[in-house]
Amino acid sequence: MEKQQITKQEALEKMRSELEGKRGERYWRTLDEVAQTDEFKLWFEDEFPNRKDLFQIDRRTLLKFAGASLALAGLAGCRGVFLPEEKLVPYVKAPEELVPGKSLFYASAVTLAGYATGVLVEQSEGRPIKLEGNPDHPASLGALSSIGQAEVLNFYDPDRMQTVIQRVDPTSELGEISTWEEFSKAVTPQLEAHVATGGKGLALLFGAVTSPTQASLVDQFKKKYPAAKVYSYEPAGRASVNAAVAAVVGKAGVPVYDFSKAKVVVSLDGDFLNPVDNPGALAYARQFAKGRKVTGAHGEMNRLYAIEANCGLAGATADHRYTLKPSELYGAALALAGAVGLSVPGGSVSGSLKTDLEAIVQDLKSNMGQSIVVAGEHAAPEVHVAAFLINNALGNIGKTVKFVASPEASIGYGSLADLAADLDTGLVDVLYVSNSNPIFTAPADLKFADKFAKAKLKVQLTAVEDETSAMCDWILPLAHSLEAWGDARAFDGTATIVQPLIAPLFDGRSEIETLSLLLGNSRGGYDLLRSYWQSQKLGGAKFEEGWRTAVHNGVIPNSASAAVAMTTLTPSLPSPTPLNSPYEASFIPDPAVFDGRFANNGWLQELPRPLTKVCWDNVVTLSPADAQALKVKSDEMIRVTTAVGEVDGIAYVLPGQPKGSVTINLGYGRTKGGTLATVGLSNGGDQGGGFNAYKIRNSKTPAFTAISEIKDLNTEQHLASTQGHSPLGGSRIPDHRDILRAGTLEAFNKEGMEALILGHEFDEKEIEESNLFPEETFEWDGDQWGMAIDMNACTGCGACITACQAENNISVVGKEQVGKGREMHWLRLDRYYSGSDENPDVVWQPIACMHCEKAPCEPVCPVAATVHSHEGLNQMVYNRCVGTRYCSNNCPYKVRRFNYLNWTDNQEQFTKKVSPLNTRVIPGPIREPKADGVQLLKLLNNPDVTVRGRGVMEKCTYCVQRINEARIESKKAGRRIADGEIVTACQQTCPSEAIVFGNIADPNSAVSKLRKDPRTYMLLAELQTRPRTTHMAKLRNPNPEIKSSNETTEAHH
Amino acid sequence: MADSRINDLLITGDQTYATIDYSVGRLVLDQKSHSIAWLKWLIGGVMGTGVLMVSLAWLIFQGTGTWGNNVPAAWGFDIVNFVWWIGIGHAGTLISAILLLLRQQWRNSINRFSEAMTIFAVMCAGIYPLLHTGRPWNDYWLFPYPNILGMWPQFRSPLLWDVFAVSTYFSVSLVFWFVGLIPDFATLRDKSTNRYAKLIFALLAMGWRGSNQHWHRYEQMYYLLAGISAPLVLSVHSIVSFDFAISIVPGWNVTVFPPYFVAGAVFAGFAMVLTWGIPLRKYYKLEHLITNRHLDWMAKITLATGLIVAYGYFLEVFYQWYSGNPFEFKLLTSTRVDGMYAKFYWALIVCNVIAPQVFWIPKMRTNTWALIIVSTFVSIGMWLERFVIIPMSLTNNYLPSSDKPYYPSFWDFAMFAGTLGFFTMLMMLFIRFLPTINIFEVKDLLYKMKGQKEFVEGQAPVEVK
Repeated sequence: MEKQQITKQEALEKMRSELEGKRGERYWRTLDEVAQTDEFKLWFEDEFPNRKDLFQIDRRTLLKFAGASLALAGLAGCRGVFLPEEKLVPYVKAPEELVPGKSLFYASAVTLAGYATGVLVEQSEGRPIKLEGNPDHPASLGALSSIGQAEVLNFYDPDRMQTVIQRVDPTSELGEISTWEEFSKAVTPQLEAHVATGGKGLALLFGAVTSPTQASLVDQFKKKYPAAKVYSYEPAGRASVNAAVAAVVGKAGVPVYDFSKAKVVVSLDGDFLNPVDNPGALAYARQFAKGRKVTGAHGEMNRLYAIEANCGLAGATADHRYTLKPSELYGAALALAGAVGLSVPGGSVSGSLKTDLEAIVQDLKSNMGQSIVVAGEHAAPEVHVAAFLINNALGNIGKTVKFVASPEASIGYGSLADLAADLDTGLVDVLYVSNSNPIFTAPADLKFADKFAKAKLKVQLTAVEDETSAMCDWILPLAHSLEAWGDARAFDGTATIVQPLIAPLFDGRSEIETLSLLLGNSRGGYDLLRSYWQSQKLGGAKFEEGWRTAVHNGVIPNSASAAVAMTTLTPSLPSPTPLNSPYEASFIPDPAVFDGRFANNGWLQELPRPLTKVCWDNVVTLSPADAQALKVKSDEMIRVTTAVGEVDGIAYVLPGQPKGSVTINLGYGRTKGGTLATVGLSNGGDQGGGFNAYKIRNSKTPAFTAISEIKDLNTEQHLASTQGHSPLGGSRIPDHRDILRAGTLEAFNKEGMEALILGHEFDEKEIEESNLFPEETFEWDGDQWGMAIDMNACTGCGACITACQAENNISVVGKEQVGKGREMHWLRLDRYYSGSDENPDVVWQPIACMHCEKAPCEPVCPVAATVHSHEGLNQMVYNRCVGTRYCSNNCPYKVRRFNYLNWTDNQEQFTKKVSPLNTRVIPGPIREPKADGVQLLKLLNNPDVTVRGRGVMEKCTYCVQRINEARIESKKAGRRIADGEIVTACQQTCPSEAIVFGNIADPNSAVSKLRKDPRTYMLLAELQTRPRTTHMAKLRNPNPEIKSSNETTEAHH
Repeated sequence: MADSRINDLLITGDQTYATIDYSVGRLVLDQKSHSIAWLKWLIGGVMGTGVLMVSLAWLIFQGTGTWGNNVPAAWGFDIVNFVWWIGIGHAGTLISAILLLLRQQWRNSINRFSEAMTIFAVMCAGIYPLLHTGRPWNDYWLFPYPNILGMWPQFRSPLLWDVFAVSTYFSVSLVFWFVGLIPDFATLRDKSTNRYAKLIFALLAMGWRGSNQHWHRYEQMYYLLAGISAPLVLSVHSIVSFDFAISIVPGWNVTVFPPYFVAGAVFAGFAMVLTWGIPLRKYYKLEHLITNRHLDWMAKITLATGLIVAYGYFLEVFYQWYSGNPFEFKLLTSTRVDGMYAKFYWALIVCNVIAPQVFWIPKMRTNTWALIIVSTFVSIGMWLERFVIIPMSLTNNYLPSSDKPYYPSFWDFAMFAGTLGFFTMLMMLFIRFLPTINIFEVKDLLYKMKGQKEFVEGQAPVEVK
């Protein structure tokens, strides 16, 4: 040994001297190689270097290895027992453009009550995982509502119809599994038998139809069966506004507004910022927010007067808000029309509105052609007509308001009341219900269920088995818009091709395909769509090119409806009829579950409703004064009786609710329709589910009705609310504390930020001086991420919450857990009131992780699971987290969310109680989220974001996956990340562009400029947290002529 | 002094070494000296332990969501009970270490079972931080051990200090307790007639023969250990209080916390010693060893520490007002003196501030019923104190939008009841199988009291029956 080493050493020395001065001539790997030692030669020549010769291994070692191998062999045998056996198959033929790990975006559209919003569908490895607004689409402009975004969860709904079902025994709850072929065989003779009578006895019921292809198929059906009847019913549709436009332009139509040109807006219960109220809300919110944008120390803003019978987003944003009962709305509209100078029947207003009316009219008149009077979609046609006349008188028509032909092809179809009458008289033999649920949504006075049973053959096409399915003979699975071809029109008539992103998950067919089947030719959706659009001369002579462009862009060019002139300038208007009732009930679609169709969608169920912050339930909102008079408190059950029925609902005292009026959201109290839709059924509502407002709704006045009695039932029902609904006294801000900055534009222009500070102001110097460790400030080196949130732009719609949920795989936890305070939303929308509870001002404050430079959460974590990145992100390392939850305790903003239970792997929280003491066995199906052995909901997950398990903390990451994606792209291109290249999910979807994200180290970035804006402040800056997210103060622009309403900038209690 | 009973000596009656051996040793050696009541208490304790096991199994199976914790109150019963149990553990070490170093002879007859209580209480306490984490199987990450990740714990976190403080405290207390037991094990070995008992005690006595050299070494070691434990008494609860004082949570970020927590711990600890000591001396006829004088002194300490705690409460309120911090003031007004949790705050004041004041009356300090009632009040009060500090402060936030109430769940109560049962079971087993009172130290005390003369070498006490 000794000798060998010496020789080697010598050899190496020799080589070193040889190599000296031969740079570039010879490349080498190791000195052994150069020296050509025996060892190297041996190593080099050996096929398996470093192996041990069998004879070099002693007996003990050999046995050790043998033992280990045997043990491993044993373990391998355990596969499938302990570890699931999974097969990975690579693409044999890789699809074009598909790069694993890279998302593709396809233009398409989602519809709500027929009206389309253009979307870009994010597709990852063949799965649609997220919907974002299509910037080129007029109804979206890049934004998307919560409902629109949640469509992707509907697509993966484990409760979806998976096959055709035939109910052989009509008395049975259960049906037989069948096929489309069987259905076709069964229904064709029935239809053929009606050819002789021209289709007499055939009835088709649709929702609102804006799809041109579908409308053409209905026309074909009518051609084939001239005596057949077609009906359309939308529980929260636009029948009223269509009728009103018909009264002034001569044919059904809708108004389209341009809020960007409006300086003064008067809303007659028109919640034009709320996507469930107005299909143009996303575009309107953007235009409206632009008109309120104040940059720098001085600015101008539009002014919004909201005259409201409910508590809407417009009222919360308004500069002046007036409340009245829904029955008084028409009177107020007439009074306004009269004051503008129109000869209309005399209206009446009372209270502060009466005092201020003159000033409002003055304001409107001094902005002729630059104002809008907008009525609520649900309001009666005469209210709309009055609003149109006022707009006309103010010269707004053609400038800020235009009329277009109705995008709804179904406007001429029969109504639900007609169908009920026809059913009752036995005129309907075969009834086909296409994507509608009239048994649940029909107003009570139609007694629709009894009449429905009179049809001989009832067929329904539906996504989820619902109340109507329970009465049908054939239930057909509806294909989701993400898996079938279709088309739809937007609020201004713009048509979009809806393209499928994935082969149908189940055996579903779209509405047009099923219609085609009923027509007897059973063509595919693609074929139907192409032939329709070819007939419409899409793309002119070059159809293929036009088609491809339209599909790619998500918009069919020049398909928006042309403006229609107002022809009838003096329509006859009825006199207002008072509704002599102490209380009135107003019905509005729920901001999340709409008319009930989204009740099986967890994201929407758990979306806190903007003003009440209640999840999983609907409530009867009472004004504080009424609650006092009725001796009712929040959470108490009350019985509301109207002329057509009664319903037991949960009371919720809502500040700002008009006195004498209760608002009830439609869509709850489902008895069928999936696990989440019916969670409240079998346990007295403990898990949510609300109550059915249709039971007291009237078909003649669907918007509101008189209440004959409100009875306190003296029982309580717990509501799950994410804010302010607690015995702790909720939202009181301690005096003199600088959490919200808000004030009037006038004061801001005059005095600057000083005017907006309500509490004690901490100036930067004071904060700097109170810092005990000034040398320990975070160093800005390279890109530094930050966010600016403009509270002045925020309308409180909550789209950002759903966007964040979709992007970041955020779990839905169920009502019980929300009630315990364990909701998982990374982003929340805090709602603060100021002023009297009769009619308070509302300020929205979106809050997610502030990414503090000196984050209080970081030093308290015992395992360093939350740390800072050099770019200023406060990072949560899920793998390292043991779950002491100390970080959450020490977070002054309380933005951290903890996985108290395993939310992700099961959905048990919806069907089972966690604590056995509370367990009530819930009958009905346990959610079985599997299809073809794959958990359906797992397909929805964003592959770029870790799915968190039980016991770890999580929070907003500033969409770090998007930052990293941009960083990779920029590095590939060898450049810096450009400003605006990284768009967080919340920012992307915000209709009013209230959120801006970017590099605060770059003085020219948009976010840097906003950080220097005079309205910018750091929330809780006095705690030395140095948050990276800054907020911008809220401004209001009250009319200086009006002194009466909310002069409440002083007292924020 | 008004009450003659207070003038009791530390050992009353006509005692010899033999009688002391007998009165303590018989609890172990004569198993018939235990009544059916012992068995009932043991069964109660075992059942409680069962409840604990079930709650722990459910907790590990389901997750911390079985409790009532939420955001903002991410800590609830788990940390309340942890701090409460740790506090109870304090009297033991204080009595055995600090009073030993201060040459307080009266500690000799109460140190053994209070040390046992310390160990059992720390065991109960330890369950909570270990299992309150979301992923308890990863708890070892809190220990600084070399690993291939190159990851160390985060030394700035008070939770990490807790790990060191509590584990040090537990191990030192355990060693101290065991070392103190060695001479007594030897006595029991010598006195026991049962073969197995003899064998077990012989093993535990580790060859103790009572030689001069043994005693010399023993005394050195015992005092050294006492020297190590004494600062621990102060440090453990100070560090536990850092969990709160270091944070920026209104109601937690208070500089008075360390001394106030230590005083509270001693307060709770003595209350617990009284709660257990009084029935113990009554049912096992140990009044001659735990005399009224002991009770008097313990009551005085309870009163004294109670006053320190009361001062702490006063200072908290003062600070909340004087600091001018509106968040602190809001906490005071909306979750302490008023608001949905106000009843707990006022109950705390009644239990911890008002109840101990009866000890100003000398008669009450030796009245066993008064002592038991007040010490029960104190135990409840100290639990309430932690409840007021921990979840109640958390329900009150900087941003009022996050204010949410905290409601404990069934499993919160089950686990607390379970630890009480576990503690009771351990105490019952301790009473039956280990010398409850330190035999040799009492003998030492007797020697010192009666003077050397009466006990000349060779006059061995009579055998224990």
